[in-house]
Amino acid sequence: MSSRRSRQSSGSPSIKDDQIIELVSKLRQLVPEIRDRRSDKVSASKVLQETCSYIRNLHREVDDLSERLSQLLATIDADSAEAAIIRSLIMQ
Amino acid sequence: MNSQHSSSRPNSSSLKSRFTLGFLRALKRLNRQPSSSSSSQPQTVSSPREMCRRYLRIRIAADASMASAVGSRRAWSRALLLKIRSRQSRSSNSSARRVSMKKKCLGEKIKKKKKLKCCKEIKKLRKFVPGGEAMDACSLLDEAGHYIRCLNTQVKVMTRIVDNYSAN
Repeated sequence: MSSRRSRQSSGSPSIKDDQIIELVSKLRQLVPEIRDRRSDKVSASKVLQETCSYIRNLHREVDDLSERLSQLLATIDADSAEAAIIRSLIMQ
Repeated sequence: MNSQHSSSRPNSSSLKSRFTLGFLRALKRLNRQPSSSSSSQPQTVSSPREMCRRYLRIRIAADASMASAVGSRRAWSRALLLKIRSRQSRSSNSSARRVSMKKKCLGEKIKKKKKLKCCKEIKKLRKFVPGGEAMDACSLLDEAGHYIRCLNTQVKVMTRIVDNYSAN
């Protein structure tokens, strides 16, 4: 694979663009919004947009779960619950 | 169970259990810590400020356990661990300054290199992935994919823990 490392204009296709296309298609599989749409023609910028909002949603979920945990943590006995959690998670 | 492609994927079940154990240990530690501000009040009465502090500590613990479970083989986990550790050692500002200097130099390099079609979106994505500011576009997309998978695991495990605790 020989690629010219001289300055390239943005219009010409290059190996890097191919790599990016491949990575973008991988992202498409991960983001449920796009994966379930079943249309082959999703633009790369749309994929990236949806990826950003998906990550943002996941962050919000983690925040929400942390808040619920902080409320629960004060009222539970950690040790007895912990063994049950570990068992159920590892057995899955 | 998991019939998806596993090209460059870490063993997801062991990642999950590593994260679970680390996070539960951190929660135990957090639970043992007495509330720092109030000495006379009993521990069951918690002010909103105390709750906010605990929620932040839990979130940081979740991110830290996730990044530790992934280890140092991913740029985003390294960046996240660095950020958490530099935040915790606020007194020693030198390490934080060093990191920001590195980011500046790399940022300039990146600007000169390429003009991609979806530049705006890639810029946005950089803010969401830890360490994204210092990556080139290819690595950014690669790291984003792995980051999303790990976030999913994190959410699943934390949901399980919350359900378990609320059921007891």
